[in-house]
Amino acid sequence: MAHANELYLGKQDYQVLGKRPVRHDGTDKVTGKAIYTADVQLPNMLHGKIVRSPHAHARIKSIDASEALAMPGVFAVVTADDFPDLTEKFALMGEAGQVNLTELAANCLAKGKVLYRGHAVAAVAAANVHIADEAASKIKVEYEVLPSVTWVLDAMKDDAPLLHEHLRTDSMGKKADKPSNIAVHLQFEKGNVTDGFQQADVIVEREFRTASVHQGYIEPHAVVALWNEDSRLKLWTATQGSFNCRQQVAELLQIPVSQVLVVPCEIGGGFGGKITVYLEPVAALLSRKSGRPVKMVMQRNEVFEGTGPTPGSFARVKLGAKKDGTLVAGEAWLAYDCGAFPGGMIGPGCMCVFSCYDLPHAKVDGFDVCNNKPKTQAYRAPGSTQAAFACEQVIDELAEKLNIDPIELRLKNAAKEGTRRVDGPVYPRVGFVECLNAAKNSEHWKSKLSGKNRGRGIAAGFWFNIGGASSCSASVNDDGIVCLVEGSTDIGGTRTSIAMQLAETLGIAAEDVRPQVGDTDSVGYTFLTGGSRVTFATGLAAYQLGLDLQEQMKQRAASIWDCDPTSITVDKGVYKQNGHSLTFKQIAAKIPENQLDPVVGRASVAPEGSTNAFGVHIADVEVDPETGKVTVLRYTAIQDAGKAVHPSYVEGQMQGGAAQGIGWALNEEYFFDAKDQMRNASFLDYRMPTCLDLPMIDTIIVEVPNPSHPYGVRGVGETPIVPPPATIANAIHAAVGTRMTQLPMSPPALWKALSERA
Amino acid sequence: MSKKIHVSTTVNGESVEFLCEARQSLLEVLRENLSLTGAKEGCNNGNCGACTVMLNGVPVNSCIVLAVEVEGAAIETVEGLACHGHLHPIQKCFLEGAALQCGVCTPGFLVTAKALLDKNPNPSEHDIRFNLANNLCRCTGYDKIVKAVQAAAAELQTR
Ligand code: FES
Ligand code: FES
Repeated sequence: MAHANELYLGKQDYQVLGKRPVRHDGTDKVTGKAIYTADVQLPNMLHGKIVRSPHAHARIKSIDASEALAMPGVFAVVTADDFPDLTEKFALMGEAGQVNLTELAANCLAKGKVLYRGHAVAAVAAANVHIADEAASKIKVEYEVLPSVTWVLDAMKDDAPLLHEHLRTDSMGKKADKPSNIAVHLQFEKGNVTDGFQQADVIVEREFRTASVHQGYIEPHAVVALWNEDSRLKLWTATQGSFNCRQQVAELLQIPVSQVLVVPCEIGGGFGGKITVYLEPVAALLSRKSGRPVKMVMQRNEVFEGTGPTPGSFARVKLGAKKDGTLVAGEAWLAYDCGAFPGGMIGPGCMCVFSCYDLPHAKVDGFDVCNNKPKTQAYRAPGSTQAAFACEQVIDELAEKLNIDPIELRLKNAAKEGTRRVDGPVYPRVGFVECLNAAKNSEHWKSKLSGKNRGRGIAAGFWFNIGGASSCSASVNDDGIVCLVEGSTDIGGTRTSIAMQLAETLGIAAEDVRPQVGDTDSVGYTFLTGGSRVTFATGLAAYQLGLDLQEQMKQRAASIWDCDPTSITVDKGVYKQNGHSLTFKQIAAKIPENQLDPVVGRASVAPEGSTNAFGVHIADVEVDPETGKVTVLRYTAIQDAGKAVHPSYVEGQMQGGAAQGIGWALNEEYFFDAKDQMRNASFLDYRMPTCLDLPMIDTIIVEVPNPSHPYGVRGVGETPIVPPPATIANAIHAAVGTRMTQLPMSPPALWKALSERA
Repeated sequence: MSKKIHVSTTVNGESVEFLCEARQSLLEVLRENLSLTGAKEGCNNGNCGACTVMLNGVPVNSCIVLAVEVEGAAIETVEGLACHGHLHPIQKCFLEGAALQCGVCTPGFLVTAKALLDKNPNPSEHDIRFNLANNLCRCTGYDKIVKAVQAAAAELQTR
């Protein structure tokens, strides 16, 4: 395995970055002391339970809670009527743009209609979970069942059951005049595809279908809400963004943001699925009604049936190339479902589908389509995996038809600095070529794979990192330990990667920074954890914070030495002036001795634009033709991390993303019956990969510094889920000669494809 | 409300008594009645292993054990792994090997891994993967977990 540093293309030599310190929150997590939301206990606390729709689509005729309310130990029941009137109300929520509050509220508690099985209809608070369960079963809801639809192409048909009578397709800003399930039609164009395809010697066009999958975080959604007598609402919750949660709850309840305090607990996985609120406003309403704190924890079937799957999709992708492998044109037609309410992942799907390649002519059409599934949510590089499953298989087929090595074909057409993406942006320095070269030179790619029904596949993936606002502050203690408070909730070890950037800037050890994730009262506004932004953007804030602290430390040293602060130089944490020399720790110790002002620093940033991260994966598989089962024999993930702050956690992101992608490729799906009911809403039946299903996942970190970060950092969290389904599909094709154009490539699906061919 | 049942048991070497309802799971009693929140609830139906504890030396999913069943039994939870202020080698190897990300699965993995190494001090990679297949982790891809268990086995052997 190549060592990370061998591939580092930056110049700097770091003291802290690139090392592997033990994470700061680690001890609490290996001893069972870390507090997750479900662990929070308050005096007099009640337990809430949601009543959910048994139907995929139905009108709610009536809700009768009288029997439940009469039970001893039952304290409150709420329904959609407990929300304030949100008609025509929208909220501007950071990068999510305009959010329709009526729809956001209706996803938390259905109003008028239920739009998917598992849709929340009412909620009850009781003395314990068992009474709450019983009470929930006694809330009588009368439904008028309506026809439903869960496959995206069916939902697009003219005669499809309509979810929203008022929805009109928005096509490039123009609204259609009749209702439809298609919320949005996007179109991007570069050059002229008709001319482009005329120059092609070979054209490949294929259609692809993918089922919905779930993020599958092990911790179910949970919240504890306390609506205090002073009207302040305090929420302990598992969220990827405490400030985003605060804003959503405040807007839904129509109260000022500062009336809400969100305390982010340790979060047991999110992957994009813990951004939108589900339980928080409901628990708040129950707390207000009952005058007691209320805890709500979802059961696993509620997580599957009531929270964010990723879109099911259809894609038609066409690529044309010249004999020498030069790509001349690409065309994609993508339809992604968004579930019950508009606003799915089609935008990033469109921007990602051809993002790895320099195409002179390209056209992409995208459709955001409502159907009777839970409202889709982000899942690690949302929208990109489905697109790559399509595009990367077409590339593989082109390579085969042209008789060109698949890495060489990709290298010939790789996106690089100056390439303009079909949706507009021009790339700054990116590391795709370097990743492909690392793949080409890897031991894995060079090794020989032999044996019957075995094959090797390769595929690439792309994701961008968003910027967004981040804040942090810190104080320097007498012993030289720096206490850092940052606003980014930590879902994968980012406390440490942020602390390391502060330590690097100050020239102190990572262990000498003590990071903490602050609640919304104790740290400045910080946009959510997502978009691979934390190590990049909050890291940038930590860097600026380091400069602020360093400046103040210079001033204190200047007071000690009675000199001009500007005459002091700092090198690796040692402050020098005219023969004097003190370390960071020594100055810290002298501050109280000399009765100098304590050192407290702060920084806030809102970097614009985005950076880009590319990855390339290689898989060896063996197909059992008798059963259609695929075994992954060997797997390597290669990715440009810009600068790997903590290589273990970069590898961890790559391995975790690859494992999720392998699950998506081979087994995971929302399995709906004829009544559009999900029939596998448990971990047993949904069947995510266990450690027995996977090999070791080798990693190669490539480091092409990000020009817009002082340490060259790029976000790494999302790209690794993008290549696996295509990589494995290409490997299956190499093994048995069958192109799998549908996800999951589960044993029955592959077996069917193999038997149809035979 | 049903009548409460009295149960005496041993948790992490200490005798413990509690009153519970017949319908309460061991996981619920550990977490709610005894405030031992180290064992986590991931599914509440025996499919994820986040709630793993040892019952008389055998790892079990405590969400599908009834609390009344543990009368007279010995229970070990993640809280009992570290001793006198020192981490157990398995805990240390998880920490140093970055075998956790969100950490919610970690208590279950630690208990399952301890049970494995107690009975098989020198497991192969396949033994480890086979025994840990009861526990789901969605963050790590298992690579570093398997390596941490290997490292812990090696460390325990040198003792
Ligand atoms: S919570 Fe017990 S096995 Fe999942
Ligand atoms: S570390 Fe998050 S589930 Fe395992």
